[in-house]
Amino acid sequence: MKINSPLEAYKYLPQTNCGECGEPTCMAFASKLIDRSGKTTDCPPLIKEKKFAKKLAELDKLLAPEIREVAIGVGDRVAKIGGDDVLYRHKLTFFNKTKMFFDVTDTMEEAALVERVKKITDYKKFYVGRNLLLDGVAIRAASNDPAKFAAAVKKVIESTELPVILCSFNPAVLKAGLEVAKDKNPLLYAANKDNWKEVGELALEYKVPVVVSAFNDLDALKSLAKTFAEAGIKDIVLDPGTYPTGKGLKDTFTNFLKIRRAGIMGDTEIAYPIMAMPLTAWMSGISDPISASYWETVLASVFTIRYGDIMLLHSMDPYATMPEVHLAETIYTDPRSPVAVDSKMYKVGTPDENSPVLFTTNFALTYYTVESDLASNGINCWLLAVNTDGIGVEASVAGGQLTADKVKDAFEKSGFDLKKDVTHNTVITPGLAARLQGDLEDKLGTKVLVGPMDSGRLPGFMEKNWPPKQ
Amino acid sequence: MAKKVKLSEMTDMFKDVEILSLEGVTIEGDIELDLSGLGGGFDPMLAAILGQENAVLAQHFARLAGIFGVPVGFGGAPAAGASAAAPAVSPALAAPKFKDLIPSKFDFSNIEEWTTQIQEVPIGNTSADGGSRGKRVVVGGEKALPFFPDAPMPNRNQVTIDVFDMRIGLAKAVKENYDEVMDSPGEWAKKNVEKFNADMITIHLISTDPLVKDTPAKEAAKTVEEVLQAVDVPIAIGGSGNPQKDPLVLAKAAEVAEGERCLLASASLNLDYAAIAEAALKYDHDVLSWTQLDMNAQKELNRKLMKQCNVPRDRIIMDPTTAALGYGLDYAYTNMERIRLAALMGDEELTFPMSSGTTNAWGARESWMVSSPLKEDSDWGPREYRGPIWEIVTGLSLAIAGNDLFMMMHPTSVAVLKHITQTLFGTIEAEPIDLANWIGSGV
Ligand code: SF4
Repeated sequence: MKINSPLEAYKYLPQTNCGECGEPTCMAFASKLIDRSGKTTDCPPLIKEKKFAKKLAELDKLLAPEIREVAIGVGDRVAKIGGDDVLYRHKLTFFNKTKMFFDVTDTMEEAALVERVKKITDYKKFYVGRNLLLDGVAIRAASNDPAKFAAAVKKVIESTELPVILCSFNPAVLKAGLEVAKDKNPLLYAANKDNWKEVGELALEYKVPVVVSAFNDLDALKSLAKTFAEAGIKDIVLDPGTYPTGKGLKDTFTNFLKIRRAGIMGDTEIAYPIMAMPLTAWMSGISDPISASYWETVLASVFTIRYGDIMLLHSMDPYATMPEVHLAETIYTDPRSPVAVDSKMYKVGTPDENSPVLFTTNFALTYYTVESDLASNGINCWLLAVNTDGIGVEASVAGGQLTADKVKDAFEKSGFDLKKDVTHNTVITPGLAARLQGDLEDKLGTKVLVGPMDSGRLPGFMEKNWPPKQ
Repeated sequence: MAKKVKLSEMTDMFKDVEILSLEGVTIEGDIELDLSGLGGGFDPMLAAILGQENAVLAQHFARLAGIFGVPVGFGGAPAAGASAAAPAVSPALAAPKFKDLIPSKFDFSNIEEWTTQIQEVPIGNTSADGGSRGKRVVVGGEKALPFFPDAPMPNRNQVTIDVFDMRIGLAKAVKENYDEVMDSPGEWAKKNVEKFNADMITIHLISTDPLVKDTPAKEAAKTVEEVLQAVDVPIAIGGSGNPQKDPLVLAKAAEVAEGERCLLASASLNLDYAAIAEAALKYDHDVLSWTQLDMNAQKELNRKLMKQCNVPRDRIIMDPTTAALGYGLDYAYTNMERIRLAALMGDEELTFPMSSGTTNAWGARESWMVSSPLKEDSDWGPREYRGPIWEIVTGLSLAIAGNDLFMMMHPTSVAVLKHITQTLFGTIEAEPIDLANWIGSGV
């Protein structure tokens, strides 16, 4: 983004304060443009009225992110990558979570191919109110045979709505794949110093995004990107090579840093999304599959944090995919979103006077975790979020933000009366706050049950302990 | 069981292990394996120590640990039918749109605002320094973000492995490594150093908590002496987290460890930090300055330690709090990255090395639960492998954010974290790999 104050964006707006965008004033809307929570298309006058056309074009140019945003695939599961404006997430936020593409080859048996594609498509990991998913399929032309490759591509796109990457350095093979997948906006992998003319031509002809590849040679990489850009190709992805071990890996890490820093600092010729290939861990001579999976996860972690926008991965073992999807969520979560939920009494399901009463902290992650564990298992209850300054249970007990007095105070402020609103006069404390039990019984004048150490065990706990024995 | 077990058979055996594990059945004792029959850099001693009963797991973890150091074999053989030849260019496609590559030079400049070096802090005194440690560990000294090309990192990351002064509940995957030494802090410490390659030891005096055993400070100090005698690496001394008791316990421990330059863990704003600082100065130790995900509180505590308690700069290490992957790591990560960036840009209240309680990763349910509590989730797989990687990814993320010292538990996590941080640090060599044929390789 070339501007950084709302005042600068305001100059280009209609300045009528008509309110159609949902903001009271154009100035308020300008702030949303600057923090990227709003888009110019949200201002109807600016879009519709001819007289603003020039201003709109100029404003869009000023607001365009430093790193080009590239879309792969079509429909609901389109994978957008790039679009970043900062080097550190706390400076704004990172946009477009790192996309995880898992590989298949055109030499696989058909049944195995379809099964793997289904597994990639169906993967789900629940996390505070949403599911973490995998993003696409990378099809490797291991056969180097156009007909075989086309057949595999066909099978894949018939089996999934996920975006695909067509992987070959052979233009004839890529063309065969494109013929089959041309309506799916696949990503072409890749143009290098040997085949760039032909692959560039394919990208233009089929209007698809394309990877330029130069292993550990940033001059050559930039040269390829520049040549493509001048030929009218806009959607470019950079592959500087991912060396999995030793000095090669250190060089790769350095290359990613250099490319992204140059891009954010304004070198438009290299300001594109970067592709990382943790699957090269499997080429590094690690013979044991668990070790290789671990190392692949390590590489994925490094490049999720330092500027990989799209990744090619191999291991579908849960101990590899689970940390990978969680780390992408971690790094790309908007740091501006609130740490804490409101401190009050929440209803989970449809609780009544016989339902259990629990409390936890107002740290958003803790609260949502507990809430989803209860809701997902059909437990109707009262859940009090105690104000601990947005700190989790264990840490707030240690740090003194979660005490019996704080809990008592939270009950009082919530207006919930343990004597009247429920019949059992019992409170369940988190297992990690077990040490508060005695103090709580004194302060609240109720029975206090110590819950499990992890709210995932609440269903079992309830079965055993609820209703409480009198 | 056959004397020699091939990898394929190992893998098959693992399928059963997964199923057993998912059903919540313990697998210890179910599998016997002749360890001596396995070649390929496998260390039977290590495997034996990792847990005889669970030899299969141990085997894999030992391989993992072994592999990160000495590459064995080469797994990237091309698949049958794959062509390694240079791609054939179809002339029909060559088009006039492109003529020649436009030459371009990649330019890169260092960050000018990074003007300030992080303080170097030594831990442990050797005989030359008046102590009895066999070596000294130095953390800090960076002039750029970790592993960045702007300025070389002067000191590598260090790992301290936890020891507790009593038997405690641990995740199964962790416990099986320590079960037989859990009643002896000295033996435990020894094992951490000799078998698991710990750079340091942290002795946690948790039994001193009035709600646990209320062990008197004087008695707890004996445990510290025991550990100091058992190993000659530098040590960190942790309390129980009880704000009333910790200053007493740490002061007494500091006294018996006089001259060894231990790291006292920790001073915080909610206890008598001045008492801990005083003990550190009197008996020649470092102070861990602990705050909870709050950069301003961290500045305040550091300022108080320096100005009010006169702790010299080369005796302060910060613990800005570690939250596990999936449980607030985003806050912990960004808090550390912001602290480090502010320090590099000259905030003298934050120019200190950082330490992470990476073991917090074991609090994440993904680390230890047999299976997902949510029915909608895809299969979580065997938990034996989830825990160590959770600890690795949590630690690695913070290493990239700027953390220097890691307090860890699982030996595999320690091995892998050391391997990746030292690779990025630049001291790990490996066979060069040709990436050109990755598409056709037998991955
Ligand atoms: S819709 Fe456009 S013109 Fe109307 S208030 Fe919003 S920004 Fe201003």
